[in-house]
This record gives sequence, C-alpha cells and structure tokens, in this order.
Amino acid sequence: MKRWLWAGLFFLVLAGIWEWLVRREIWSPVLIPSPLDVARYLVESIRDKSLLQAGYITMKRLLLGYIVGLVLGLPLGLLNARFKLLEDTVGIVALGLQTLPSVCWAPLALLWFGQTETAMFFIVIMGSLWSIVIATDTGVRNVPPIYARAARTMGSRGLHTWLKVILPASLPFIVSGMKQGWAFAWRSLMAAEIYVTILTGFGLGHLLHYGRELHAMDAVIAIMLVIIVIGLLADKILFSPWEKFLHRRWGTARN
Amino acid sequence: MMAVTEELQNVPPEKLVVAGVSKWFRTSRADVHALDNVSLNVREGEFVCLVGPSGCGKSTLLNIIAGLEQPDAGQILADGQPVTGPGRERMMMFQESALFPWLDVLDNLLFGLKLKPNLKRHERREVAQFYLKLVGLEKFMHANIHELSGGMKQRVALARCLAPNPRMLLMDEPFAALDALTREQLYGDIQRIWEKRKKTIVFVTHNVREAACLGDRVVLFSPHPGRVQEEFTIGLPRPRDINSVELAKYSTEITRALKRHLKPEAAEVAE
Ligand SMILES: Nc1ncnc2c1ncn2[C@@H]1O[C@H](COP(=O)(O)OP(=O)(O)O)[C@@H](O)[C@H]1O
Ligand SMILES: [Mg+2]
Repeated sequence: MKRWLWAGLFFLVLAGIWEWLVRREIWSPVLIPSPLDVARYLVESIRDKSLLQAGYITMKRLLLGYIVGLVLGLPLGLLNARFKLLEDTVGIVALGLQTLPSVCWAPLALLWFGQTETAMFFIVIMGSLWSIVIATDTGVRNVPPIYARAARTMGSRGLHTWLKVILPASLPFIVSGMKQGWAFAWRSLMAAEIYVTILTGFGLGHLLHYGRELHAMDAVIAIMLVIIVIGLLADKILFSPWEKFLHRRWGTARN
Repeated sequence: MMAVTEELQNVPPEKLVVAGVSKWFRTSRADVHALDNVSLNVREGEFVCLVGPSGCGKSTLLNIIAGLEQPDAGQILADGQPVTGPGRERMMMFQESALFPWLDVLDNLLFGLKLKPNLKRHERREVAQFYLKLVGLEKFMHANIHELSGGMKQRVALARCLAPNPRMLLMDEPFAALDALTREQLYGDIQRIWEKRKKTIVFVTHNVREAACLGDRVVLFSPHPGRVQEEFTIGLPRPRDINSVELAKYSTEITRALKRHLKPEAAEVAE
C-alpha cells in the first residue's frame, strides 16, 4: 500500500513538472504536448472507441500469433531435444532465425499473404516461435538424467515421462524462453504495424503512425503510454504466476 | 546360461539372482570393462551391502539389477523372473535425492503411487502420509524440496521409494553426501524401517563401516574389472550402533581384505 502511494506521488509530481515546463513554454508545445492534452486524447479516444478498437486488434494479433507460436514451439523444441537429426537441421534453422528480428519478415509476408491479418500473424509467430523452440530444447537437455531414471523405476514410461517429468523439469528454461518470445513478438508487431498498412484492421501501431502524420503528439504519447501499460499487464498476467511458481518450487532468486 | 537355469529349478527361488553378469562401456576414448562375471544371490528379506572403491562397478550393477541398464552377458532374476526393464517391485534410491523440484513433498510421494493401478485417490494419500510419518516428516507434507536439508531430502526419497511397496530396495550410496551426524540418524532409521517393512535391500557404499553396520552380509568388490572378491556375514544383533567395538572388529577385517584385493594404487578407501 505504501509503495503504491509513493509511486503514485512520484508520477503525479513528474506530470506536474511536465505540465509546468510546457505552460512556461520552456518546452515547446509543438514538440511536447501537455499532460492534460494527452489525458484529454485518452478520454476522448476511449469514449469514441477508436483506441479500444485499435488495442483490441493489436492484442488479438499478438495473442493468437503467440499461442500458435507456443503450440508449435513446445513440441518442436521437445522433438529437437529428442532426435539428433532434428537438432542438426531444424535446430540450426531455429538458432539462425531467432537472431533475426521478425519484422524483417514483413516484405516477404506482405508478398505472400498481402496486406492481411495473416501477414501480421506470421510476423508474430516468427517472433515467438524460435525463442520457444530453443528454450524448450535447451531446457530438456539440462534436465538431470536422474529424474527420468527415478521416474522409470516408479513405472513411468514414454509419453508419461515426457509430460510429467521432462517438461516440468525444463520449466525454468521454457518460461524464460516464453518471455523472450513474447518480447520479440510484441516489438516486431509494433514495428510492422507502424510501417505497414494492413487493410483488415488498424492496430495501435497504425494509430501511432497516423498520430505522426497528423502531427498529433498528444495522440502519439497517449498511445505510447497504452503500449507500455499493455506490456506491463502482459508481464503481470501471463508471466508473473509462472515466475512465482518457479521461485516457490525451485527456490531460485526472483528476477 | 543353461546351467544356471537348470540349477535354479533344483533350489528354492532366491529373491534376487545375479548370474554371471558382465558389462562393458564402449566410448570413443576407451573400452571400460565395468563388470566381469559377477554372480550374487540375495535371500528374501536380506540386507546385503556391496562395498568397494569407487569405479568398481557398484552403481553399474545396481542399475542393471534395477533394469535401467542391460548386461552384456549374464542375467538378473528377480523372484525367478528375468529382469528386462525397470519396475516398481525394485525401487532405486540414488546418492542425490532425485526428488522432483516442481512438486511438493506429498506430490513427490504421490508420483509413484499414481502410476500404481487400482488405488483410489484417498488411498494414495493415506499411503503417502503413512510413509511420510514413517520417516518422521509428516509435518513437511507441503514443503518444497529446496526447503529441506540434505538428510530430510534423503528421508523423503526413501519414503518415495517405499510408498509403492516394492519388494526390493536398491540404494546407491544414499547417505554419501550427508554429514556424519545425519548419517548416523539415518542408519538407525533404515534399520528400523527394514525390520518393520521386511524389505530385501541391496545397499551400495564405499564406506566399510557403514556396510558392516547395515548389512546381514557384506560383499566385497574389486575394480578393473569389477569382480566379487569376498563375502562377510555380519553376525551382530540389531539395531547396531556404528560406533560399537564389535562392529569395528568386522570393519577392520573387511578393510584388511579390501587392501589385500586392491592393486596398491587404488588402496585409498574411505573408512
Ligand atoms: N555410462 C558410462 N559410460 C562409460 N563408462 C562408464 C559409464 N558408467 C560407468 N562407467 C565406468 O564403469 C566403471 C564403473 O562405474 P560405476 O559403476 O559408476 O562404479 P562405482 O559405482 O563403483 O563407483 C567406471 O570405470 C566408470 O568410469
Ligand atoms: Mg557409484
């Protein structure tokens, strides 16, 4: 409670100083809008639903693409760890593509899928998939063999061992891979939305882009704030529970 | 091989028969002859300790008995049946606890029980709690593994091995990583549990005193390649105290034999 109080106070003071700097025209209002303007834009765009609409479209692309990345990435990572041949083929591809910011796929995606949702999904999937594959693979390889041996003496076999022992034992790696995949996907989606017009829906990136075109810096800053909030919420809702679980069970330091 | 099978038909089946087991490890660098024609019989309810310096193939033999590894020659019979793979009639306990960190203490015990058919939910729980109580850790039912001390971890691991009610326990230096005080406590515990639950135990150690304290019989191994050298019957009443003078007599005798069988360069064995 006290922490929240301090944080709230801090941001209030920050906004106060900002407002003061703009009013005294120490900062040009052309370059930086006043916080009140930003707040006004936020309220208006929420009221006329334009911001909510854009937020919804962006989140849909991100979540669906990410889920597909996860659904493909986990089994692929497990298979990579299991089969040497896959490791030497798909594994190398994964390693290479993981270093490629997935927004670099935009030109090809547009060519293949046109200015459609599919192109955006593709970029999100490419952003998350490889991190998850590599993390799962590494995680499985780092599972102490003694866990599987102990499980086998207790009667665990095949798929049961993979699902109940190998997979949970690699969770620390998998969760950090999932986080990295999320971050890559989120950044690439924003980049793609800013630079590519998708005809099927305007996301937050497009709003940002139009804000620049119209030189509406209040809109630009407001949307940036929304993007930050979404990032924070995703962290809290998607990853915090997992990290708490890891911390509780493994006793590792919370980072 | 035939001879062994025929022989078996004439005598009452032993709990465990290790018949002429040999094992090689072929790696790119070397060919290790880990076990050479090892034979060993264990009676129902017997506590047998295998002693020998590290590298003499004790773990390998235990893994083969467990069914986790296959012998290159010879075979293992458990209750007269050839062992082809791991099974919950022969539970294994390792030097590190091998407890699953993603589960709490109770769920670790339930892991093996869930794999046992025909157990209802509440029965599994009762069994798990019974064995936690047996090792004196019922209060730590919901503790996380990392919160336990080394000794407590091995107690939980022991309970996890006992819970599916195996007929045989295979223990691979389970107390080697513990401090002396904790170890002494566990010597008491394991003897008490062994008498109560009537298990057959094959216990591997490189500690001669430990072997003399726990075993009905101590089987001496020598390395390169791993062979059975000598056997000692420990005729002391139980429970035994690791520090007693009578025990020291046995352990001195075994240590002397050990040194005799060892090549000089490998003669350092823990007391
Ligand atoms: N998986 C393996 N690959 C290669 N060599 C092994 C393997 N396991 C054991 N060995 C070798 O076999 C011998 C016996 O090992 P082990 O059974 O672990 O001995 P102990 O348990 O008595 O210390 C050692 O020389 C060891 O290096
Ligand atoms: Mg060993």
